[in-house]
Amino acid sequence: MSTSAAATPTPQKQSDPPETKARTAKRPGDLIFSGLSIGSGLLIFLTLLLVAVFLTIRSLPAIQSSREVTGDADAVSLLEYTAPLVFGTVFAAVLALLMAVPVAVGIALFISHFAPRRLATPLGFMIDLLAAVPSVVFGLWGGVWLVPRLEPLYMWLNTYLGWIPLFAGEPSAPMRNLATASVVLAVMILPIITAVSREVFLQTPRLQEEAALALGATRFETIRTVVLPFGRSGVVSASMLGLGRALGETMAVLMVLSPGSSFSLHILEVGRHNSIAANIASQSAEATPDVMARLIFTGLVLFVITFVINAIARAVVARSTQG
Amino acid sequence: MSTTTTSKPTHSELLTGSATAENRLPGWHMLLTALAAVLLAVLVLALFGSVSIGGVLVLGYGLHLVIGYLYSRVREGRRWAADRLVTMLVYGAFAVAMIPLISLLWEVLHRGIVRIIGPIPLQFWTMDMAGVIGGMDTGGISHAIVGTLLITLGASLISVPIGLFTSIFLVEYARYGALKVLGRGVTFLVDVMTGIPSIVAGLFGLALFITITNDPGIRIGLMGSVALSVLMIPTVVRSSEEMLRLVPMELREAAYGLGVPKWLTIVRVVLRTAIAGLTTSVTLAVARVIGETAPLLLTVGALPLMNANLFEGRMQTLPTFINSQYRSGNAVCNSDVMTNPITQIDYACSTTINYDRAWAAALTLILIVMLLNVIARLVSYYFSPKLGR
Repeated sequence: MSTSAAATPTPQKQSDPPETKARTAKRPGDLIFSGLSIGSGLLIFLTLLLVAVFLTIRSLPAIQSSREVTGDADAVSLLEYTAPLVFGTVFAAVLALLMAVPVAVGIALFISHFAPRRLATPLGFMIDLLAAVPSVVFGLWGGVWLVPRLEPLYMWLNTYLGWIPLFAGEPSAPMRNLATASVVLAVMILPIITAVSREVFLQTPRLQEEAALALGATRFETIRTVVLPFGRSGVVSASMLGLGRALGETMAVLMVLSPGSSFSLHILEVGRHNSIAANIASQSAEATPDVMARLIFTGLVLFVITFVINAIARAVVARSTQG
Repeated sequence: MSTTTTSKPTHSELLTGSATAENRLPGWHMLLTALAAVLLAVLVLALFGSVSIGGVLVLGYGLHLVIGYLYSRVREGRRWAADRLVTMLVYGAFAVAMIPLISLLWEVLHRGIVRIIGPIPLQFWTMDMAGVIGGMDTGGISHAIVGTLLITLGASLISVPIGLFTSIFLVEYARYGALKVLGRGVTFLVDVMTGIPSIVAGLFGLALFITITNDPGIRIGLMGSVALSVLMIPTVVRSSEEMLRLVPMELREAAYGLGVPKWLTIVRVVLRTAIAGLTTSVTLAVARVIGETAPLLLTVGALPLMNANLFEGRMQTLPTFINSQYRSGNAVCNSDVMTNPITQIDYACSTTINYDRAWAAALTLILIVMLLNVIARLVSYYFSPKLGR
């Protein structure tokens, strides 16, 4: 599939006769159709712009009434409100990424290089199945099934590895803590990281792999010396795509985490963290216009963070596929 | 020790292959070590008095990493032992990913089916939640199904034309000059748009409509459709672009050669050839957004009654229904049969009813998503043009 998609654009460029441009302009049908097409393309620009503009307009009241701007001690400090949320969001997403990336790379290698050829496609399909499950169902599963099952593990970590700051503190059942939320997030971002890494691994030049094998390399040595160096940038950008998704995921956090507001590193403690998205979802139902403005401001922050991360990831992908 | 000979094989050993080939063991040796590891795991767990299938599997796998590696290291040498270890790790990674998938599907199936087949079969799909309070052992999701389908339909009506025309622009028009630069930009932005958090899309819908109508309390189905289409457009663009690029250039050239205008060529030749792929990509895009919760939470709100009007009033959707039932938690039942204080009608009371409804709705949602996926694959399987690929 990838070969045919990559091969088609080249003949397209040459085969377009130069005079069509002048002739198509005369026909009204062509004018309308090209107008619609170009208009749709521009609409994409417009949509992203509108998202940024409307979020900014709606969060202006919060910015204007913030203590940092007005100097009023009674006013809400926007920074104090947003910073713990950003911390919780990034913390949960990074934890999820740390759990998901090794597993995802393992699965991608399994499907591309280890599984029997005939089983590779159905096994890949099973991982894609995970991506088809709606996030709210993941939340339900995490809240009902996963939370009690992780409790013994957390108690063990807390008892024996409690000297590590991450596992310190006093966990209490039910374990609706940041660790559980990150586990659910990790499961949710697994399919996308796997899918992108698998594609990259499959594009490793076949001759290089065969050369390595012919030199007597074991399968692991082939992967270490040929496949992984080739696929490194792909894995990096896949991870960033996963990070972007984990940052913006709402339901898994909302339904699994019992919220708090702090910069605590203790991921096993309940009621310490919250994420931007989950906070918006839980607060918006009964929000006064003031609160809503603040929520929209946090949403704008989230938008900017994910935009930057996705842009970097896509740029890395684009550069690695062009070269 | 065999390690010393394999790490630095002599020239003659390499030529005869004795350094590599003869040190390899057949695969069943690994089965033996696995068996040993599992037995050891059972023994260890029995000592602590907590034998369980999960415990044996986890500990056995961990022990096998050590035992299998050491065994292979002694018999096959360092390099092949590392290969064995990595193979085991990679298989383990796949097995780990299967745990959430299988447990999730199983939980949704066996917990969700209860409410759908009982107490009256399929009543859950035909009733709504009007007048259902406390732990009443009744209620259904017909309003949520209708809401979900309508809002998703609205989102599709917005995003399919925009997405399709954008992909036509990218494939057919963005070829040279300024348009090509614009096309690059659009492709990049579409990629970035794919990563917009769903909650931000919801906030956008909310902010847009509040600004237009100047009513901070506005919650209508159309807002949900607009929010969802922000998420749906990029998926439609990406996949239909791929489908349009698969249409062979010769078909377009043949049409141009016959003097067919460009727009007619696109409509009658390009789209006609790619119609199966386009149907598939649109269906998959629908399947992706139909389970979105966060944007609907913000823009559509919740309602226990049937509301089939996208342009007025709150609506209920399946994802938000699951969320709200889950949040309600266990109901309070003082006795098995309770009396409705308003209507004075007795009803059966169940403490777990909210969770039951949530699971049943989750099963319904997954069924819809799976159905869409199956339809998409069938369409692409049976109707895709044979391009000799």
